[in-house]
Amino acid sequence: MTILAVENLTVHYGVIQALKGISFDVQEGEIFTLLGSNGAGKTTTLRALSGLLPKTTGKVTFDGKDITTTPSYILPSLGLGHVPEGRRIFAELSVADNLLLGAYHRKDKQAIKEDMQAVYDLFPRLAERRKQYAGSLSGGEQQMLAMGRGLMSRPRVLLLDEPSMGLAPILVQEIFEFISEINKRGTTILLVEQNAHLALKISHKACVLETGRIAMSGTASEVAADQRIQQVYLGAD
Amino acid sequence: MAWHIIALQQLINGLALGSVYALIALGYTMVYGIIRLINFAHGDIYMLGAYFGFYAITMLKLPLVPAMIVSMAAAAVVGVLLERIAYKPLRNSSRIAVLITAIGASLLLQSTAQLVFGASFKPFPQAMAFRRIQLGPVFMTNRQLLIFGVAVLLMVILHVIVQYTKLGKAMRAVSMDKEAALLMGINVDRIISATFAIGSALAAAAGILVGMYYNRIDPYMGMMPGLKAFVAAVLGGIGVVPGAVLGGLLMGVAENMVVTLGSSTLRDAVAFAILIVVLLFRPNGLLGKKGIEKV
Ligand SMILES: Nc1ncnc2c1ncn2[C@@H]1O[C@H](COP(=O)(O)OP(=O)(O)OP(=O)(O)O)[C@@H](O)[C@H]1O
Ligand SMILES: [Mg+2]
Repeated sequence: MTILAVENLTVHYGVIQALKGISFDVQEGEIFTLLGSNGAGKTTTLRALSGLLPKTTGKVTFDGKDITTTPSYILPSLGLGHVPEGRRIFAELSVADNLLLGAYHRKDKQAIKEDMQAVYDLFPRLAERRKQYAGSLSGGEQQMLAMGRGLMSRPRVLLLDEPSMGLAPILVQEIFEFISEINKRGTTILLVEQNAHLALKISHKACVLETGRIAMSGTASEVAADQRIQQVYLGAD
Repeated sequence: MAWHIIALQQLINGLALGSVYALIALGYTMVYGIIRLINFAHGDIYMLGAYFGFYAITMLKLPLVPAMIVSMAAAAVVGVLLERIAYKPLRNSSRIAVLITAIGASLLLQSTAQLVFGASFKPFPQAMAFRRIQLGPVFMTNRQLLIFGVAVLLMVILHVIVQYTKLGKAMRAVSMDKEAALLMGINVDRIISATFAIGSALAAAAGILVGMYYNRIDPYMGMMPGLKAFVAAVLGGIGVVPGAVLGGLLMGVAENMVVTLGSSTLRDAVAFAILIVVLLFRPNGLLGKKGIEKV
Protein backbone atom coordinates (compact mmCIF):
# COMPACT_ATOMS: atom_id res chain seq x y z
CA MET A 1 0.00 0.00 0.00
CA THR A 2 1.27 3.46 -0.88
CA ILE A 3 1.63 5.51 2.29
CA LEU A 4 3.39 8.56 0.88
CA ALA A 5 2.82 9.78 -2.65
CA VAL A 6 4.62 12.71 -4.21
CA GLU A 7 3.34 14.01 -7.54
CA ASN A 8 5.07 16.53 -9.75
CA LEU A 9 6.69 18.47 -6.93
CA THR A 10 8.46 21.70 -7.86
CA VAL A 11 10.16 24.05 -5.45
CA HIS A 12 11.83 27.40 -6.06
CA TYR A 13 14.35 29.40 -4.08
CA GLY A 14 13.55 32.83 -5.43
CA VAL A 15 13.85 32.43 -9.18
CA ILE A 16 16.01 29.32 -8.94
CA GLN A 17 14.14 26.10 -9.46
CA ALA A 18 15.56 23.52 -7.07
CA LEU A 19 13.04 20.75 -7.80
CA LYS A 20 11.83 20.41 -11.34
CA GLY A 21 8.77 18.22 -10.95
CA ILE A 22 9.55 15.02 -9.12
CA SER A 23 7.19 12.14 -8.38
CA PHE A 24 7.62 8.99 -6.34
CA ASP A 25 5.61 6.64 -4.13
CA VAL A 26 6.72 5.14 -0.85
CA GLN A 27 5.09 1.85 0.15
CA GLU A 28 4.16 1.07 3.72
CA GLY A 29 6.87 -0.88 5.55
CA GLU A 30 9.76 -0.18 3.21
CA ILE A 31 12.97 1.79 3.33
CA PHE A 32 12.98 4.13 0.36
CA THR A 33 16.26 5.89 -0.32
CA LEU A 34 16.79 9.15 -2.13
CA LEU A 35 20.33 9.35 -3.50
CA GLY A 36 22.09 12.20 -5.19
CA SER A 37 25.20 14.30 -5.08
CA ASN A 38 25.58 17.58 -3.18
CA GLY A 39 23.01 20.13 -4.20
CA ALA A 40 20.82 17.62 -6.07
CA GLY A 41 17.74 18.64 -4.07
CA LYS A 42 17.39 15.86 -1.51
CA THR A 43 17.04 18.10 1.52
CA THR A 44 14.80 20.40 -0.47
CA THR A 45 12.50 17.44 -1.16
CA LEU A 46 12.20 16.46 2.50
CA ARG A 47 11.74 20.04 3.65
CA ALA A 48 9.02 20.60 1.09
CA LEU A 49 7.26 17.40 2.19
CA SER A 50 7.33 18.64 5.79
CA GLY A 51 5.95 22.03 4.88
CA LEU A 52 9.13 23.86 5.83
CA LEU A 53 9.43 25.09 2.25
CA PRO A 54 6.56 26.29 0.07
CA LYS A 55 5.79 24.08 -2.90
CA THR A 56 5.40 25.85 -6.24
CA THR A 57 3.38 22.99 -7.69
CA GLY A 58 2.70 19.40 -6.83
CA LYS A 59 0.66 17.25 -4.54
CA VAL A 60 1.67 15.23 -1.51
CA THR A 61 -0.59 12.50 -0.19
CA PHE A 62 0.07 10.83 3.12
CA ASP A 63 -1.99 7.83 4.12
CA GLY A 64 -4.67 8.85 1.61
CA LYS A 65 -4.86 12.40 2.95
CA ASP A 66 -3.79 15.44 0.95
CA ILE A 67 -1.08 17.13 3.04
CA THR A 68 0.22 19.48 0.35
CA THR A 69 -0.56 22.58 2.38
CA THR A 70 -0.79 21.12 5.87
CA PRO A 71 1.28 23.22 8.33
CA SER A 72 4.48 21.53 9.53
CA TYR A 73 3.45 21.30 13.15
CA ILE A 74 0.37 19.21 12.31
CA LEU A 75 2.31 16.49 10.50
CA PRO A 76 3.75 14.64 13.50
CA SER A 77 0.24 14.08 14.83
CA LEU A 78 -0.73 12.56 11.47
CA GLY A 79 2.22 10.17 11.68
CA LEU A 80 4.84 11.86 9.54
CA GLY A 81 8.14 12.42 11.36
CA HIS A 82 11.22 14.23 10.09
CA VAL A 83 14.78 13.99 11.45
CA PRO A 84 16.37 16.98 9.75
CA GLU A 85 19.78 17.38 8.18
CA GLY A 86 22.37 18.37 10.77
CA ARG A 87 20.41 16.78 13.66
CA ARG A 88 19.04 20.06 15.01
CA ILE A 89 18.73 18.79 18.56
CA PHE A 90 17.93 21.32 21.29
CA ALA A 91 21.44 21.79 22.63
CA GLU A 92 20.51 23.55 25.86
CA LEU A 93 17.85 21.04 26.86
CA SER A 94 18.58 17.72 28.49
CA VAL A 95 18.55 14.48 26.53
CA ALA A 96 15.32 13.49 28.28
CA ASP A 97 13.64 16.82 27.48
CA ASN A 98 14.63 16.50 23.84
CA LEU A 99 12.92 13.11 23.75
CA LEU A 100 9.85 14.46 25.55
CA LEU A 101 9.50 17.23 22.98
CA GLY A 102 9.55 14.57 20.30
CA ALA A 103 6.26 13.37 21.79
CA TYR A 104 4.86 16.90 21.95
CA HIS A 105 1.51 16.17 20.30
CA ARG A 106 0.85 13.10 22.43
CA LYS A 107 -1.19 13.04 25.62
CA ASP A 108 -0.72 9.40 26.61
CA LYS A 109 1.76 9.98 29.44
CA GLN A 110 2.24 6.34 30.34
CA ALA A 111 2.91 5.27 26.76
CA ILE A 112 5.32 8.19 26.32
CA LYS A 113 7.29 6.89 29.29
CA GLU A 114 7.38 3.42 27.78
CA ASP A 115 8.49 4.79 24.43
CA MET A 116 11.25 6.74 26.12
CA GLN A 117 12.42 3.56 27.73
CA ALA A 118 12.30 1.84 24.34
CA VAL A 119 14.51 4.58 22.89
CA TYR A 120 16.93 4.14 25.79
CA ASP A 121 16.94 0.39 25.15
CA LEU A 122 17.69 0.98 21.50
CA PHE A 123 20.40 3.56 22.28
CA PRO A 124 21.83 2.67 25.70
CA ARG A 125 24.35 5.50 25.44
CA LEU A 126 21.49 7.98 25.61
CA ALA A 127 20.16 6.34 28.75
CA GLU A 128 23.43 6.98 30.57
CA ARG A 129 23.30 10.61 29.55
CA ARG A 130 19.62 11.38 29.99
CA LYS A 131 20.21 14.31 32.36
CA GLN A 132 23.05 15.80 30.35
CA TYR A 133 22.63 18.79 28.04
CA ALA A 134 22.10 17.49 24.52
CA GLY A 135 24.76 19.89 23.29
CA SER A 136 27.38 18.04 25.32
CA LEU A 137 26.85 14.77 23.43
CA SER A 138 29.27 13.54 20.78
CA GLY A 139 28.26 13.72 17.13
CA GLY A 140 27.18 10.10 17.02
CA GLU A 141 25.20 10.39 20.23
CA GLN A 142 23.52 13.52 18.91
CA GLN A 143 22.46 11.61 15.81
CA MET A 144 21.03 8.85 17.99
CA LEU A 145 19.19 11.48 20.01
CA ALA A 146 17.83 13.07 16.85
CA MET A 147 16.56 9.69 15.66
CA GLY A 148 15.21 8.78 19.08
CA ARG A 149 13.44 12.12 19.27
CA GLY A 150 11.97 11.45 15.84
CA LEU A 151 10.66 8.09 17.01
CA MET A 152 8.97 9.60 20.06
CA SER A 153 6.12 10.91 17.92
CA ARG A 154 5.37 7.31 16.91
CA PRO A 155 5.71 8.11 13.21
CA ARG A 156 4.31 5.80 10.57
CA VAL A 157 6.76 7.33 8.13
CA LEU A 158 10.07 8.80 9.22
CA LEU A 159 12.02 11.13 6.96
CA LEU A 160 15.75 10.80 7.69
CA ASP A 161 18.11 13.36 6.18
CA GLU A 162 21.72 12.14 6.01
CA PRO A 163 21.85 10.38 9.37
CA SER A 164 25.44 9.26 8.72
CA MET A 165 26.79 12.72 7.97
CA GLY A 166 30.00 13.57 9.79
CA LEU A 167 30.27 10.29 11.67
CA ALA A 168 33.26 7.97 11.97
CA PRO A 169 32.97 4.86 9.74
CA ILE A 170 32.34 2.53 12.65
CA LEU A 171 29.45 4.71 13.82
CA VAL A 172 28.07 4.97 10.31
CA GLN A 173 27.74 1.20 10.26
CA GLU A 174 25.95 1.35 13.59
CA ILE A 175 23.54 4.07 12.48
CA PHE A 176 22.52 2.02 9.44
CA GLU A 177 21.87 -0.95 11.67
CA PHE A 178 19.61 1.22 13.80
CA ILE A 179 17.71 2.39 10.73
CA SER A 180 17.20 -1.20 9.67
CA GLU A 181 16.03 -2.07 13.16
CA ILE A 182 13.58 0.84 13.33
CA ASN A 183 12.18 -0.26 9.98
CA LYS A 184 11.81 -3.86 11.10
CA ARG A 185 9.78 -2.63 14.05
CA GLY A 186 7.27 -1.23 11.61
CA THR A 187 8.27 2.31 10.68
CA THR A 188 8.38 3.18 7.00
CA ILE A 189 11.51 5.17 6.18
CA LEU A 190 12.31 7.73 3.54
CA LEU A 191 16.06 7.99 3.73
CA VAL A 192 18.31 10.61 2.18
CA GLU A 193 21.93 9.55 1.96
CA GLN A 194 25.26 10.28 0.34
CA ASN A 195 26.56 6.96 1.50
CA ALA A 196 24.96 5.09 -1.38
CA HIS A 197 26.66 1.82 -0.71
CA LEU A 198 25.36 1.28 2.79
CA ALA A 199 22.02 2.91 2.08
CA LEU A 200 21.26 0.61 -0.85
CA LYS A 201 22.20 -2.38 1.26
CA ILE A 202 19.42 -1.78 3.76
CA SER A 203 16.78 -0.24 1.46
CA HIS A 204 14.05 -1.79 -0.60
CA LYS A 205 13.65 0.95 -3.18
CA ALA A 206 15.71 3.89 -4.27
CA CYS A 207 15.72 6.78 -6.63
CA VAL A 208 18.49 9.07 -7.76
CA LEU A 209 18.09 12.84 -7.89
CA GLU A 210 20.17 14.89 -10.27
CA THR A 211 19.82 18.68 -10.18
CA GLY A 212 16.20 18.60 -9.20
CA ARG A 213 15.07 15.72 -11.39
CA ILE A 214 14.72 12.03 -10.81
CA ALA A 215 17.38 10.41 -12.96
CA MET A 216 16.49 6.82 -12.18
CA SER A 217 14.46 4.77 -9.77
CA GLY A 218 13.74 1.15 -8.98
CA THR A 219 14.40 -1.49 -6.41
CA ALA A 220 17.55 -1.05 -4.38
CA SER A 221 19.27 -3.88 -6.20
CA GLU A 222 18.30 -2.48 -9.61
CA VAL A 223 19.74 0.88 -8.72
CA ALA A 224 22.84 -0.69 -7.21
CA ALA A 225 23.39 -2.71 -10.39
CA ASP A 226 23.15 0.29 -12.71
CA GLN A 227 26.50 1.00 -14.29
CA ARG A 228 26.30 4.77 -14.14
CA ILE A 229 25.23 4.64 -10.52
CA GLN A 230 28.13 2.37 -9.77
CA GLN A 231 30.52 4.84 -11.32
CA VAL A 232 29.15 8.01 -9.79
CA TYR A 233 27.89 6.94 -6.38
CA LEU A 234 29.42 3.62 -5.53
CA GLY A 235 33.00 4.44 -6.43
CA ALA A 236 33.42 1.59 -8.91
CA ASP A 237 35.55 2.17 -11.99
CA MET B 1 23.61 57.74 60.67
CA ALA B 2 26.69 55.76 59.85
CA TRP B 3 27.34 55.38 56.18
CA HIS B 4 27.03 51.61 56.19
CA ILE B 5 23.55 51.79 57.67
CA ILE B 6 22.56 54.25 54.99
CA ALA B 7 24.02 51.92 52.41
CA LEU B 8 22.08 49.00 53.86
CA GLN B 9 18.90 51.06 53.83
CA GLN B 10 19.48 51.99 50.20
CA LEU B 11 20.17 48.38 49.39
CA ILE B 12 16.69 47.51 50.66
CA ASN B 13 15.14 50.39 48.74
CA GLY B 14 17.13 49.35 45.71
CA LEU B 15 16.04 45.74 45.85
CA ALA B 16 12.39 46.76 45.96
CA LEU B 17 12.74 49.05 42.97
CA GLY B 18 15.05 46.58 41.25
CA SER B 19 12.57 43.75 41.54
CA VAL B 20 10.14 45.88 39.52
CA TYR B 21 12.77 46.47 36.86
CA ALA B 22 13.39 42.73 36.88
CA LEU B 23 9.71 41.97 36.29
CA ILE B 24 9.66 44.28 33.28
CA ALA B 25 13.06 43.11 32.04
CA LEU B 26 11.79 39.53 31.97
CA GLY B 27 9.30 40.44 29.26
CA TYR B 28 11.98 42.06 27.12
CA THR B 29 14.32 39.16 27.48
CA MET B 30 11.75 36.41 26.89
CA VAL B 31 10.46 38.06 23.74
CA TYR B 32 13.99 38.70 22.54
CA GLY B 33 14.93 35.12 23.30
CA ILE B 34 12.10 33.74 21.22
CA ILE B 35 11.91 36.05 18.20
CA ARG B 36 15.01 38.26 18.52
CA LEU B 37 12.82 41.33 18.77
CA ILE B 38 13.23 44.28 21.11
CA ASN B 39 9.63 45.03 21.97
CA PHE B 40 9.87 48.75 22.56
CA ALA B 41 6.17 48.88 23.37
CA HIS B 42 6.76 46.70 26.41
CA GLY B 43 7.06 49.70 28.77
CA ASP B 44 3.65 50.84 27.57
CA ILE B 45 2.12 47.48 28.37
CA TYR B 46 3.43 48.09 31.87
CA MET B 47 1.68 51.47 31.84
CA LEU B 48 -1.55 49.89 30.60
CA GLY B 49 -1.26 47.30 33.36
CA ALA B 50 -1.17 50.11 35.92
CA TYR B 51 -4.32 51.65 34.43
CA PHE B 52 -6.11 48.31 34.19
CA GLY B 53 -5.32 47.82 37.86
CA PHE B 54 -6.49 51.33 38.66
CA TYR B 55 -9.87 50.77 37.04
CA ALA B 56 -10.22 47.27 38.45
CA ILE B 57 -9.84 48.75 41.92
CA THR B 58 -11.82 51.98 41.49
CA MET B 59 -14.58 50.93 39.11
CA LEU B 60 -14.90 47.19 39.60
CA LYS B 61 -14.20 47.67 43.34
CA LEU B 62 -11.92 44.68 43.38
CA PRO B 63 -9.42 44.07 46.17
CA LEU B 64 -5.76 44.31 45.26
CA VAL B 65 -4.98 40.71 44.37
CA PRO B 66 -8.01 40.06 42.12
CA ALA B 67 -7.42 43.48 40.54
CA MET B 68 -3.87 42.49 39.80
CA ILE B 69 -5.00 39.23 38.22
CA VAL B 70 -7.58 41.02 36.05
CA SER B 71 -4.99 43.56 34.98
CA MET B 72 -2.43 40.88 34.16
CA ALA B 73 -4.97 39.00 32.06
CA ALA B 74 -6.02 42.15 30.20
CA ALA B 75 -2.39 43.13 29.56
CA ALA B 76 -1.70 39.62 28.30
CA VAL B 77 -4.48 40.05 25.73
CA VAL B 78 -3.05 43.41 24.63
CA GLY B 79 0.42 41.86 24.35
CA VAL B 80 -0.85 38.99 22.21
CA LEU B 81 -2.81 41.36 19.95
CA LEU B 82 0.23 43.60 19.62
CA GLU B 83 2.30 40.67 18.42
CA ARG B 84 -0.39 39.37 16.07
CA ILE B 85 -1.20 42.72 14.51
CA ALA B 86 2.10 44.60 14.54
CA TYR B 87 4.95 42.11 14.69
CA LYS B 88 3.81 38.84 13.16
CA PRO B 89 3.34 40.22 9.62
CA LEU B 90 6.94 41.47 9.78
CA ARG B 91 8.54 38.26 10.97
CA ASN B 92 10.66 37.95 7.84
CA SER B 93 11.27 41.65 7.37
CA SER B 94 14.43 43.60 8.03
CA ARG B 95 15.29 44.40 11.62
CA ILE B 96 15.04 48.10 11.09
CA ALA B 97 11.45 47.75 9.85
CA VAL B 98 10.53 45.77 12.93
CA LEU B 99 12.31 48.23 15.22
CA ILE B 100 10.45 51.17 13.71
CA THR B 101 7.18 49.27 14.06
CA ALA B 102 7.92 48.62 17.72
CA ILE B 103 8.60 52.31 18.36
CA GLY B 104 5.43 53.16 16.46
CA ALA B 105 3.44 50.69 18.54
CA SER B 106 4.83 52.29 21.69
CA LEU B 107 3.77 55.77 20.60
CA LEU B 108 0.37 54.45 19.57
CA LEU B 109 -0.24 52.88 22.96
CA GLN B 110 0.87 56.06 24.72
CA SER B 111 -1.35 58.37 22.74
CA THR B 112 -4.29 55.99 22.94
CA ALA B 113 -3.84 55.88 26.71
CA GLN B 114 -3.69 59.65 26.83
CA LEU B 115 -6.90 59.86 24.82
CA VAL B 116 -8.79 57.26 26.83
CA PHE B 117 -7.44 57.80 30.33
CA GLY B 118 -6.55 61.51 30.13
CA ALA B 119 -3.14 63.14 30.00
CA SER B 120 -2.86 64.12 33.65
CA PHE B 121 -1.76 61.72 36.32
CA LYS B 122 -4.16 59.78 38.50
CA PRO B 123 -3.57 59.03 42.17
CA PHE B 124 -3.35 55.29 42.59
CA PRO B 125 -5.71 53.98 45.27
CA GLN B 126 -3.82 52.66 48.26
CA ALA B 127 -4.78 49.11 49.04
CA MET B 128 -3.18 49.28 52.46
CA ALA B 129 -2.19 51.76 55.09
CA PHE B 130 1.43 52.84 55.13
CA ARG B 131 3.53 51.01 57.70
CA ARG B 132 7.21 50.72 58.51
CA ILE B 133 8.73 47.43 59.40
CA GLN B 134 11.83 47.88 61.50
CA LEU B 135 14.67 45.51 60.67
CA GLY B 136 17.36 46.33 63.21
CA PRO B 137 18.88 49.67 62.29
CA VAL B 138 17.08 49.84 58.95
CA PHE B 139 13.45 49.56 57.91
CA MET B 140 11.30 48.43 55.07
CA THR B 141 7.89 49.83 54.28
CA ASN B 142 5.03 47.40 53.88
CA ARG B 143 4.73 48.58 50.26
CA GLN B 144 8.32 47.66 49.57
CA LEU B 145 7.72 44.30 51.15
CA LEU B 146 4.64 43.82 48.97
CA ILE B 147 6.54 44.80 45.84
CA PHE B 148 9.44 42.55 46.64
CA GLY B 149 7.20 39.67 47.73
CA VAL B 150 4.93 39.80 44.68
CA ALA B 151 7.89 40.16 42.33
CA VAL B 152 9.70 37.20 43.84
CA LEU B 153 6.54 35.10 43.81
CA LEU B 154 5.93 35.85 40.14
CA MET B 155 9.55 35.11 39.27
CA VAL B 156 9.36 31.77 41.04
CA ILE B 157 6.18 30.92 39.15
CA LEU B 158 7.84 31.94 35.89
CA HIS B 159 10.89 29.85 36.71
CA VAL B 160 8.74 26.79 37.32
CA ILE B 161 6.84 27.34 34.07
CA VAL B 162 9.98 27.82 31.97
CA GLN B 163 11.98 25.00 33.51
CA TYR B 164 9.48 22.28 34.26
CA THR B 165 6.31 22.55 32.21
CA LYS B 166 5.66 21.37 28.70
CA LEU B 167 4.92 24.96 27.70
CA GLY B 168 8.24 26.13 29.14
CA LYS B 169 10.19 23.42 27.38
CA ALA B 170 8.44 24.27 24.14
CA MET B 171 9.30 27.95 24.67
CA ARG B 172 12.95 27.11 25.12
CA ALA B 173 12.89 24.80 22.11
CA VAL B 174 11.36 27.53 19.94
CA SER B 175 13.98 30.01 21.12
CA MET B 176 16.74 27.59 20.13
CA ASP B 177 15.47 26.35 16.76
CA LYS B 178 12.07 27.24 15.34
CA GLU B 179 12.16 24.78 12.46
CA ALA B 180 13.17 21.88 14.64
CA ALA B 181 10.37 22.90 17.02
CA LEU B 182 7.87 22.78 14.15
CA LEU B 183 9.08 19.29 13.27
CA MET B 184 8.33 18.26 16.87
CA GLY B 185 4.74 19.30 16.32
CA ILE B 186 5.05 22.53 18.29
CA ASN B 187 2.72 25.27 17.09
CA VAL B 188 5.38 27.97 17.07
CA ASP B 189 2.94 30.85 16.58
CA ARG B 190 1.04 29.81 19.66
CA ILE B 191 4.22 29.59 21.72
CA ILE B 192 5.20 33.08 20.60
CA SER B 193 1.77 34.33 21.66
CA ALA B 194 2.17 32.65 25.02
CA THR B 195 5.53 34.37 25.47
CA PHE B 196 4.01 37.78 24.81
CA ALA B 197 1.14 36.96 27.14
CA ILE B 198 3.42 35.98 30.01
CA GLY B 199 5.80 38.91 29.52
CA SER B 200 2.91 41.36 29.34
CA ALA B 201 1.27 39.94 32.46
CA LEU B 202 4.51 40.37 34.42
CA ALA B 203 4.82 43.96 33.17
CA ALA B 204 1.23 44.66 34.23
CA ALA B 205 1.95 43.40 37.73
CA ALA B 206 4.99 45.68 37.84
CA GLY B 207 2.83 48.60 36.70
CA ILE B 208 0.42 48.14 39.57
CA LEU B 209 3.20 47.74 42.12
CA VAL B 210 4.87 50.92 40.96
CA GLY B 211 1.55 52.74 40.86
CA MET B 212 1.12 51.87 44.51
CA TYR B 213 4.71 52.70 45.36
CA TYR B 214 4.78 56.17 43.84
CA ASN B 215 1.07 56.74 44.32
CA ARG B 216 0.48 57.98 40.81
CA ILE B 217 0.12 56.73 37.27
CA ASP B 218 0.19 58.57 33.96
CA PRO B 219 0.27 57.62 30.25
CA TYR B 220 4.01 58.22 29.98
CA MET B 221 5.02 56.36 33.11
CA GLY B 222 6.26 53.45 30.97
CA MET B 223 9.00 55.30 29.18
CA MET B 224 11.77 55.58 31.78
CA PRO B 225 11.18 52.27 33.61
CA GLY B 226 10.74 50.59 30.22
CA LEU B 227 14.07 51.93 29.07
CA LYS B 228 15.79 51.02 32.33
CA ALA B 229 14.34 47.53 32.31
CA PHE B 230 15.55 47.13 28.75
CA VAL B 231 19.00 48.19 29.92
CA ALA B 232 18.67 45.72 32.79
CA ALA B 233 17.88 42.94 30.33
CA VAL B 234 20.89 43.79 28.19
CA LEU B 235 23.03 44.14 31.29
CA GLY B 236 22.11 40.66 32.46
CA GLY B 237 22.44 39.21 28.97
CA ILE B 238 19.43 39.63 26.74
CA GLY B 239 17.58 36.41 26.04
CA VAL B 240 18.79 34.91 29.33
CA VAL B 241 16.03 34.74 31.94
CA PRO B 242 18.15 34.83 35.14
CA GLY B 243 20.10 37.67 33.54
CA ALA B 244 17.00 39.86 33.52
CA VAL B 245 16.49 39.30 37.24
CA LEU B 246 20.12 40.03 38.06
CA GLY B 247 20.23 43.07 35.78
CA GLY B 248 17.01 44.47 37.24
CA LEU B 249 18.15 44.11 40.84
CA LEU B 250 21.56 45.60 40.09
CA MET B 251 19.96 48.50 38.35
CA GLY B 252 17.62 49.24 41.23
CA VAL B 253 20.38 49.07 43.82
CA ALA B 254 22.81 51.17 41.77
CA GLU B 255 20.19 53.82 41.22
CA ASN B 256 19.47 54.13 44.93
CA MET B 257 23.14 54.21 45.81
CA VAL B 258 23.69 57.10 43.45
CA VAL B 259 20.87 58.99 45.11
CA THR B 260 22.53 58.39 48.48
CA LEU B 261 25.82 59.69 47.17
CA GLY B 262 23.98 62.91 46.71
CA SER B 263 22.82 63.11 43.17
CA SER B 264 19.14 62.59 42.43
CA THR B 265 19.59 64.23 39.08
CA LEU B 266 22.05 61.56 38.03
CA ARG B 267 19.83 58.64 38.98
CA ASP B 268 18.49 58.17 35.49
CA ALA B 269 21.91 58.49 33.93
CA VAL B 270 23.46 55.83 36.12
CA ALA B 271 21.62 53.02 34.36
CA PHE B 272 23.20 53.88 31.07
CA ALA B 273 26.61 54.47 32.56
CA ILE B 274 26.59 50.98 34.09
CA LEU B 275 25.43 49.53 30.81
CA ILE B 276 28.28 51.09 28.87
CA VAL B 277 30.87 49.92 31.37
CA VAL B 278 29.55 46.36 31.57
CA LEU B 279 29.21 45.96 27.83
CA LEU B 280 32.78 47.16 27.44
CA PHE B 281 33.99 44.18 29.43
CA ARG B 282 31.23 41.68 28.77
CA PRO B 283 29.67 42.42 25.40
CA ASN B 284 27.00 39.74 25.89
CA GLY B 285 25.96 40.95 29.33
CA LEU B 286 26.71 39.50 32.74
CA LEU B 287 25.10 36.10 32.20
CA GLY B 288 24.93 36.33 28.42
CA LYS B 289 25.94 33.59 26.07
CA LYS B 290 28.45 34.05 23.35
CA GLY B 291 27.25 34.48 19.82
CA ILE B 292 23.80 35.91 20.51
CA GLU B 293 23.38 38.67 17.99
CA LYS B 294 22.47 42.18 18.94
CA VAL B 295 20.16 44.55 17.16
N1 LIG C 1 17.95 28.48 1.26
C1 LIG C 1 18.37 28.36 -0.02
N2 LIG C 1 18.41 29.42 -0.84
C2 LIG C 1 18.81 29.30 -2.12
N3 LIG C 1 19.19 28.15 -2.66
C3 LIG C 1 19.18 27.05 -1.91
C4 LIG C 1 18.77 27.10 -0.55
N4 LIG C 1 18.85 25.85 -0.01
C5 LIG C 1 19.30 25.08 -1.03
N5 LIG C 1 19.48 25.78 -2.16
C6 LIG C 1 19.95 25.25 -3.45
O1 LIG C 1 19.05 24.24 -3.86
C7 LIG C 1 19.75 23.15 -4.41
C8 LIG C 1 19.37 21.87 -3.69
O2 LIG C 1 19.84 21.96 -2.35
P1 LIG C 1 19.61 20.81 -1.29
O3 LIG C 1 20.00 21.33 0.02
O4 LIG C 1 18.24 20.28 -1.44
O5 LIG C 1 20.66 19.73 -1.77
P2 LIG C 1 21.00 18.31 -1.16
O6 LIG C 1 20.70 17.32 -2.21
O7 LIG C 1 20.34 18.12 0.13
O8 LIG C 1 22.57 18.43 -0.98
P3 LIG C 1 23.52 17.90 0.20
O9 LIG C 1 23.80 16.48 -0.09
O10 LIG C 1 24.74 18.73 0.06
O11 LIG C 1 22.81 18.11 1.50
C9 LIG C 1 21.21 23.50 -4.32
O12 LIG C 1 21.63 24.00 -5.57
C10 LIG C 1 21.28 24.58 -3.29
O13 LIG C 1 22.32 25.47 -3.55
MG1 LIG D 1 21.01 17.94 2.04
